[in-house]
Amino acid sequence: MRRFLLIAVPYLWLVALFLIPFLIVLKISLSDIALARPPYMPQLDLSAGWEGIRSFFAALDFENFRFLTTDDLYWKAYLSSLQIALISTLLTLLVGYPIAYAMARSAPEWRPTLLMLVILPFWTSFLIRVYAWMGILANEGLLNQFLLWLGVINEPLTILNTNTAVYIGIVYTYLPFMILPIYSALERMDDSLLEAAEDLGCSRMSAFWLVTIPLSKNGIIAGCFLVFIPVIGEFVIPSLLGGSGTLMIGKVLWEEFFSNRDWPVASAVAVILLLILVIPIILFQRNEQKQREAEG
Amino acid sequence: MRRFSWFNATALTLGFAFLYVPMIILVVYSFNESKLVTVWAGFSTQWYGELIRNEEFLNAAWVTIKVAVMSSTIATVLGTMADYVLVRAGRFSGRTLFSGMIYAPLVMPEVITGLSLLLLFIGIGLDRGVLTIVLAHTTFSMCYVSVVVSSRLVSFDQSLEEAALDLGCSPFEAFRLVTLPIIAPAVISGWLLAFTLSLDDLVIASFTTGPSATTLPIKIFSAVRLGVSPEINALSTIMIAIVTVGVITASLVTKQAAVRQARDERMAERPA
Repeated sequence: MRRFLLIAVPYLWLVALFLIPFLIVLKISLSDIALARPPYMPQLDLSAGWEGIRSFFAALDFENFRFLTTDDLYWKAYLSSLQIALISTLLTLLVGYPIAYAMARSAPEWRPTLLMLVILPFWTSFLIRVYAWMGILANEGLLNQFLLWLGVINEPLTILNTNTAVYIGIVYTYLPFMILPIYSALERMDDSLLEAAEDLGCSRMSAFWLVTIPLSKNGIIAGCFLVFIPVIGEFVIPSLLGGSGTLMIGKVLWEEFFSNRDWPVASAVAVILLLILVIPIILFQRNEQKQREAEG
Repeated sequence: MRRFSWFNATALTLGFAFLYVPMIILVVYSFNESKLVTVWAGFSTQWYGELIRNEEFLNAAWVTIKVAVMSSTIATVLGTMADYVLVRAGRFSGRTLFSGMIYAPLVMPEVITGLSLLLLFIGIGLDRGVLTIVLAHTTFSMCYVSVVVSSRLVSFDQSLEEAALDLGCSPFEAFRLVTLPIIAPAVISGWLLAFTLSLDDLVIASFTTGPSATTLPIKIFSAVRLGVSPEINALSTIMIAIVTVGVITASLVTKQAAVRQARDERMAERPA
């Protein structure tokens, strides 16, 4: 009995507040928009009995999904989200790897402090960290003032409200997610392997490519997924740092829901977004499992 | 002795400069006298004064803290229970679905979680406000709690609990007297993580709130959309200060606890 309760409470909570809401989204994505409250139809009418249930299912269709394919705003937004996520993941890797590498090769007594310095920004509000860049990247912002003072540029660069600002924001906020898994892979690495490679005639550079990179492969893969997956659905960064030209699906969904009040289309956008995410999520899980098995 | 490497030193300096300079600039400009955030006009604390007089911000801060305390506490209880089930209960029907539901919210985009919960609340006619945000935050943060706690539960030596049961403890007593103190550091960090996630969340709160409850991130977001303002810088500085003090204290406390536990374990192992 006690065991049953222990299982039932979190189980029912998740069914009620995670599974059922998701089924509702699925159902509304198959409904049509209507000028009513709630603004979609059909409504399930259980009082009409079996007939009511049948007419309810008969009225569901894939109209919204067809609409998503005809209006190029949507597939452009999906493609551009994927593109932005891909590019920013690579940028985060390029910035994060040297930092993780240097941390793993620093003196052991320094490592806990360095690790805490990487984690600390993660505990600070995401919104504040994105906001910090608004004052830096603005036309009359500090970066432009600095570059003008250096004499590198003659007139302010437009960075805020462009995709460049979005990339900077993503690299900045997601950097800890890239550094931590790579660091933990590199930290476990046995230094004598590098010495062996050098003894056997590798240059330091080729020892890095032939030994260090393959040994940190799992960390790199994990870090890339940890950045790539959440960035696809990102809303805060494109809406604060991006411009009207920045198309990302999280922003489109938000606007579809709050500005256009088109719940069925917003739900259809969400369903497709999830279908896109399933592939990287499964790949990520598989990588994690392989790593666990390798560690035994 | 490791060789000093210029490459590593440069990577660390540039990397940490990139992580910290934007925050330092944010803090410095909160003490700027000018309304323009980008022009320095002398030191002043006037924006902190304005912030304290701004009742909307104070109300929003109060709502946010209330939501965060409630949701992280419920999430910690539920998340620990869920872990206990997954680690101990062995097989039961629906186990796969259960573990799937625990890990899915971790990778679910916030816009989808928010949208789906809002549609549920409207569907069952629940008035949106503090209660609905608490329900929403509990649901996604219990998954984070369970990830943090499960690593500790897996490594925990079950024979200690069995010993307590053999010595006449009820299962609940065994949990309270043996298991809980051992997994406590993980439970506490799970609670802290849930608390921070709730304080921080904009997207899910925006979907699930009603006109009666505005949280601080919602308030900040609508202010920031219109551009930078020194008041927001002052508010950010206060939040950064709280987090910094909190994280440093927590890490010192856990370090001490770890040292104490190691000592206790050494004492216990010594033959009498």
